[in-house]
Amino acid sequence: MIAKTCEPHTVDRQQPYALDLRERTFKISHLQILDEHGNLDAEREPDLSTEDLISLYRAMVLARAVDQRLLKLQRQGRIGTLPLCTGQEAASCGPVLAMTDKDWFVGSYRELGGRLMRGEPIENGFLLYNGYEEGSVFPGGERTLPVSIIIGAQTLHAVGIAYAMKIRGETDSAVVCFLGDGATSEGDVHEALNFASVWQVPVVFVCANNHWAISLPREKQTHSRTLAQKAIAYDIPGIQVDGNDALAMYQVTKDALDRARAGGGPTFVEAVTYRLMMHTTSDDPSRYQPPEQLQAWEARDPLSRFKSYLEAKGIWNDERQADLDAEIKQQIEDAVKAFEARKDFKPDAPFDHVFGTKVPRIEEQRAEFLDELRKESTDA
Amino acid sequence: MRKMNMVQAINLALDQEMANDDRVVALGQDIGVNGGVFRVTEGLFEKYGEARVIDTPLAESGILGTSIGMAIAGLRPVAEMQFSGFSYLMFGQLEGHAARLRSRTQGAITVPLVVRMPYGGGVRALEHHSESHEATYGHVPGVKVVIPSTPSNARALLVSAIRDPDPVIFMEPKRSYRAFREEVSEEEQVMEIGKAQIVQEGTDLTVVSWGAVMRPTLQAVEEVRDQRGISIELIDLLTISPMDGDTISASVEKTGRCVVVQEAPRSFSPSSEIIATINDKALMYLEAPVRRVTGYDVATPYFGRESAYIPTNGRIRQAIEETIDF
Repeated sequence: MIAKTCEPHTVDRQQPYALDLRERTFKISHLQILDEHGNLDAEREPDLSTEDLISLYRAMVLARAVDQRLLKLQRQGRIGTLPLCTGQEAASCGPVLAMTDKDWFVGSYRELGGRLMRGEPIENGFLLYNGYEEGSVFPGGERTLPVSIIIGAQTLHAVGIAYAMKIRGETDSAVVCFLGDGATSEGDVHEALNFASVWQVPVVFVCANNHWAISLPREKQTHSRTLAQKAIAYDIPGIQVDGNDALAMYQVTKDALDRARAGGGPTFVEAVTYRLMMHTTSDDPSRYQPPEQLQAWEARDPLSRFKSYLEAKGIWNDERQADLDAEIKQQIEDAVKAFEARKDFKPDAPFDHVFGTKVPRIEEQRAEFLDELRKESTDA
Repeated sequence: MRKMNMVQAINLALDQEMANDDRVVALGQDIGVNGGVFRVTEGLFEKYGEARVIDTPLAESGILGTSIGMAIAGLRPVAEMQFSGFSYLMFGQLEGHAARLRSRTQGAITVPLVVRMPYGGGVRALEHHSESHEATYGHVPGVKVVIPSTPSNARALLVSAIRDPDPVIFMEPKRSYRAFREEVSEEEQVMEIGKAQIVQEGTDLTVVSWGAVMRPTLQAVEEVRDQRGISIELIDLLTISPMDGDTISASVEKTGRCVVVQEAPRSFSPSSEIIATINDKALMYLEAPVRRVTGYDVATPYFGRESAYIPTNGRIRQAIEETIDF
């Protein structure tokens, strides 16, 4: 379904010599299925069951509620610093609906909704952002990589995984890799796009353009008019999508995955969205963010438009919403309780995971660490 | 048994591991059709094909970053950095991910990979082609750093590195690539990573070295032994990190004297760690201060001046004799 709408500019020897870029030679296509008011482009409506639509909506509502609960816990001093995902739910939940268990999820740190859909327990976020690596893994999560904090580095891992899928002939497996607008300035991302293109591996890059990299606005991150066009230089299809439209995010990912699995190579998706909250709990956007911009984007919320869509289809109403809110509230409360009841954090766990084999030098240091810990607690 | 140089021995290790285990892939710049700029991967492209012997684009971070992904997905990548002086462009991927994914995921995700890189001076090469910066990598927890010194230990250690469950930086002393030949068994051979090797036993003095300077060190040791009748224990460190402190401290307990010879700059280096280890474990056995012969804390000189920078036979002898006479 994704055509190469942006054909690479091939050399045309008849073109008069000029260094003027005003004569643009490429176009970027754009996909929106559900607009900010919930109006549907019926021709492009994906063929999704009621069950799938509701599970997608549920995932976004859950992600929003967990995000807000994380923020509250942080403000109460019950957990540490964390990045917020509110406003970007559609940009990770839509793609994950298009993925299977055999596909790989290679994320950054603003894809809470997508991670929950991949089966990550709610408790994991509480654990991770309270400083425990236990929150980075979960049973069945072998193909869901942990949060990657260094900007853009994960894109190369995604390409390596995709290479492995290709040479092993795992044609039913592809990789979806998430990154942000700031990452497009990182060398690793350009290397990843280049390697992906040279190797023609099955990877879909989903670049959430949330307009801000902490305090740096999108227009100071890059002079390019779109992020999608960066793919053109690598001869990778680059497309811009309404990142707050879960249907469009689902559809574009599905099409790109189909293409990838069929041997069509990589795709780059610019998901235009907005960070409705601070970068992390340590950040104060009022120092740099124009309030009118925030208000404009609050009106384009991914959840409210999806709810209107479900209501218009006659599969959602206030009563169902109330039930869902109550169910999610309980689910989160249970996770908080489970998290706060956990006491099994072995202090010397870091010594267990330096290497896969026991190393005398590390074991000596472990013994010293435990001995000092014991002495300290005896002194106290 | 066949006489071979270090290039041939490393090639043998790669060839045998690729034949044994189809998860093993090699990747790097010019390693395929061209067989590598030092010809270390010669013939592998023809034998195993372009999917397993991968000529990559020219991007060091890209090479390691994609190797990490391959390792996560179950392959066993052996990446080549064309020269160690170019390897700093991949440092972010090493420190941020290769070294930490095991601890980040408490063992759920591991990154078994090898990064081979020729290092060290003495080949009259361009700038950035002569450094000995093993300490840079030795300082990263979760990474092993191995430096062979002969064709046979290069071959055995590389096989072990490929089979190791963790990332291994395998630094090849390029001055030793074709400097000499020795008998290398065609039969499978491994050597434990993390173990130093006592090359010669002795009772009066311990000398620790590794890599290309093992050769002038060995020569100096033999000369002092022959001329002065002194019994010297010579240790080849082989693994920079995690360092085998026990072999060194046991030797120093026996001899009471120690000289460390390294090509690397002096400060914050393996010799610093060796001396700290002796301080921790064998200080009371010392009869003389531990002496070291090293490169200096200056940018590795361009080759016009490098012969005075790299430890020479004369400098090593002098340090040994002064330590004996202390």
